Amino acid sequence: MSVPLATLEAGRDTFPKLARANAERTPDKVAIREKDLGIWQSHTWRDYDAEARSIALGLASLGFARGDKTAIVGDNRPQLYWTVLATQCLGGVPVPLYQDSIEREMAYILDHSEARFAVVEDQEQVDKLLRVREQCPRLEYIVYDDPRGLRGYSEPFLLSLAELQERGRKFAHDNPTWVEDEIARGAADDLGIICYTSGTTGTPKGTMLSHRNLILTARNAAAREGLRSDEEVLAYLPMAWVGDHIFSYAQSIVTGFTVNCPESAATVLADMKEIGPTYFFAPPRIFESILTTVMIRIEDAAWVKRKLVHVFLDLAQTLERQRLSRQPRSFWRRALYPLGWLLVYGPLVDNLGLRRIRRAYTAGEAIGPEIFVFFRSLGINLKQVYGMTESSALVSIQKDGEVRLDTVGTPLPAVEVRISETGEVMYRSPGVFQGYYKNPEATGQTLEDGWVHSGDAGFMDHEGHLKIVDRARDVSRLADGTIFAPKYLENKLKFSPYVREAVCIGQGRAYVAALVNIDFAAVGNWAERRGITYTSYVDLAQKPEVYDLIHQEVGRVNTSLGEDEVLRGAQIRKFLILHKELDPDDEEITRTRKVRRGFVAQKYAALIEALHSDRDHVEVEAKITYEDGRTGTVRADVKIRDAQPVAVEAA
Amino acid sequence: MAGDGRPLLEVERVSVRFGELVALSAVSLEIGRGEILAIIGPNGAGKTTLINVISGFYHPQEGRIRFDGTDRTSLRPPDIAALGIARTFQNVALFKGMTVLDNIMTGRLLKMKGSFLLDALWVGPARRQELEHRAFVERLVDFLEIEAIRKTPAGRLPYGLQKRVELARALAAEPQLLLLDEPMAGMNVEEKEDMCRFILDVNGEFGTTIALVEHDMGVVMDICDRVVVLDYGRKIADGPPDQVQADPAVMDAYLGVYSEGGSAPLPNLPPGEDCAGGAGARMKAGESSR
Repeated sequence: MSVPLATLEAGRDTFPKLARANAERTPDKVAIREKDLGIWQSHTWRDYDAEARSIALGLASLGFARGDKTAIVGDNRPQLYWTVLATQCLGGVPVPLYQDSIEREMAYILDHSEARFAVVEDQEQVDKLLRVREQCPRLEYIVYDDPRGLRGYSEPFLLSLAELQERGRKFAHDNPTWVEDEIARGAADDLGIICYTSGTTGTPKGTMLSHRNLILTARNAAAREGLRSDEEVLAYLPMAWVGDHIFSYAQSIVTGFTVNCPESAATVLADMKEIGPTYFFAPPRIFESILTTVMIRIEDAAWVKRKLVHVFLDLAQTLERQRLSRQPRSFWRRALYPLGWLLVYGPLVDNLGLRRIRRAYTAGEAIGPEIFVFFRSLGINLKQVYGMTESSALVSIQKDGEVRLDTVGTPLPAVEVRISETGEVMYRSPGVFQGYYKNPEATGQTLEDGWVHSGDAGFMDHEGHLKIVDRARDVSRLADGTIFAPKYLENKLKFSPYVREAVCIGQGRAYVAALVNIDFAAVGNWAERRGITYTSYVDLAQKPEVYDLIHQEVGRVNTSLGEDEVLRGAQIRKFLILHKELDPDDEEITRTRKVRRGFVAQKYAALIEALHSDRDHVEVEAKITYEDGRTGTVRADVKIRDAQPVAVEAA
Repeated sequence: MAGDGRPLLEVERVSVRFGELVALSAVSLEIGRGEILAIIGPNGAGKTTLINVISGFYHPQEGRIRFDGTDRTSLRPPDIAALGIARTFQNVALFKGMTVLDNIMTGRLLKMKGSFLLDALWVGPARRQELEHRAFVERLVDFLEIEAIRKTPAGRLPYGLQKRVELARALAAEPQLLLLDEPMAGMNVEEKEDMCRFILDVNGEFGTTIALVEHDMGVVMDICDRVVVLDYGRKIADGPPDQVQADPAVMDAYLGVYSEGGSAPLPNLPPGEDCAGGAGARMKAGESSR
């Protein structure tokens, strides 16, 4: 199939037109499924188009005008994807919000985006919106999908999606071609979506992406990766995140494949097993948590099984490592692999629901080599992807057969990448965003003659693969001038199943110190198996045994750093285990789980000072924000532990 | 439901004695249609006995109980359940080895018409019947947000979830009157908030009348329309929560029992502790979000 890289045919230049084409060409093909009441309920492209149309009519009956914004809040639900399409049908702009946002964040985005309409999933979101409504004077209507618990609400601006669609049907009586006319007026350069980036610094920015941006990026990536209309994907990542918009909306409409919405956030793994996706996307933390779950279960298994699993997993991983580094693979290992498939890999992959995967992606952060190798060694085609909201999610993908541990692949068709004089990655592509909404200053800083400053430090290797080192502004030096890349260290720490989050501090200091968050599930299980009792996260975190455990992990990181010529000076000398988990509600990490370094440095200044002093413990009090905005405090006496740096051999 | 203005349940001068011990002495109360009633009192006041009398587990030596206008003082528990009264237990009483779904299905037993042969072969009406009941149970699973544990054996669940499954099983009988014996006992704050929300939702969505025995005064004050206080088998107060809380007889009952131990009497409620209103809250610290 020859694909125009940067042009769109007339009549296929917006999502509503493409969705309508799907409804005409393959009306009975399943477009989206949702597990509801224990059963996978299917909706065809004909339904998809019709539902979106009736929502659009309903919105039109409330006076929706071209350019109006619809805020969309909730878990991945077909009704909410239809609302995205409905808004686009009317020439409006959907603004998806993170469903776990606290009220203050919601108020900011609702007000900043000037949304007149909000379509939300359920009572929880309605309650949040009602509480912030006074701060958002432009918000006129709140529409909800699930009526449960909302019976007693009498606000006149509140209506159910069913009522909205009913109003739409009446409206269609007098205006039978309203939606069709509006769709026809749509053009490729209309805004398709505004995605608010959570941002590791400052207030969220509304990234504006046009239909052209999204369609071309989705199509070019689909062509490069050979996506087919029979793919099955699981829509489980937040709708507010540009990745979900590309995978579960844009690419689905462009290629016609099926999106599956899990029953609830808690059932994702079980639902995945039932669906058996062929195309799967997850940030590293999801792969980490799958691996952790597998390892916990294996540790609980009988001795023989455990031994068997470890032997064969080691074998497969050794093979995969050799393959990735293009070393010769030993004959007997290759000969034993099929047996391993029969006994271990096959059943494991089946159990995880990954058997039908044709390609799986990871992006957002560097993935641990152990995790990457683990999944690839099971025969899963896991690949690394690089991109960001400003590029319509995608910049580069590892090609099949060109997968490496430490690169993020080659640029997609029609994407140009160059490295600036300061070592920053820059790119230009049909997916480059239209600017930040109502923020020309930030737009000017990021967008320069069509090139985007990614903010990441990196380089192209000799094979044309892009390699990302760290956030450009995070790379710094210790007091003695040694180069220090905090993210690099943190990722190494996080590759341990016991470490959930880590923050390394060393800029302008004598040595590097680390704040560590343990993984409650993994360390809890580890403690139980050793008969170590604990009452809570705080208690567990401060157990001497747990400190010993993390000490080993820090030692492992130092050993691996000792082998690196450039970074061996920046080994971790001291660490402590934080008494609370870093949490987006406390603004310590973003909703996509990236550490907000500046905020953490400020909030834990006392701890950081203690780490760089001679003290061996420090007393702290931390404020905790609950999801409904209430706050509480946690008090703890946090211990500080010295770690031995590995001697630097004179090379 | 027949809304003829009569209370749903009338308890008239009911007395229960176990040998010399008087568990209930001439207790009278009414439960109105659609209300949430709390029954409180110090330990041994007769709260659970009262629940057991209403559900037909005990039969009173004196007095009468009328449900929906008809006398049913001497009916046995299954007959009473068939009339539309369901209950949960103070100590969780689930079938530990059975899955959550199967446990809830047992709540539908009274609604099933059995034919041994057809059921065994799973044909015709038996199959249709099972599917209908299963669909109903799925609505409860959705309602109580227990999708993730559908197929988990009940015994493997944490306590708070077992309580929720028990509630689901009681609801499966589509009761008019739901009796909850200490639905929040042993729960943490988050589990309590969830349970409060579910109780209010059950009341709001299904119109189910609810009577609950509870010790957590925050819960009682937040979600109940009316409070009945028992002490040594006697009813000593009956009215709206704030009124009951200020009642000197109630204060006295709690002080009289607890003051020696130094434990707090009827706890004063911090005004901000709005249990039901904070139902969306989630304890985040120390909670793994996987």
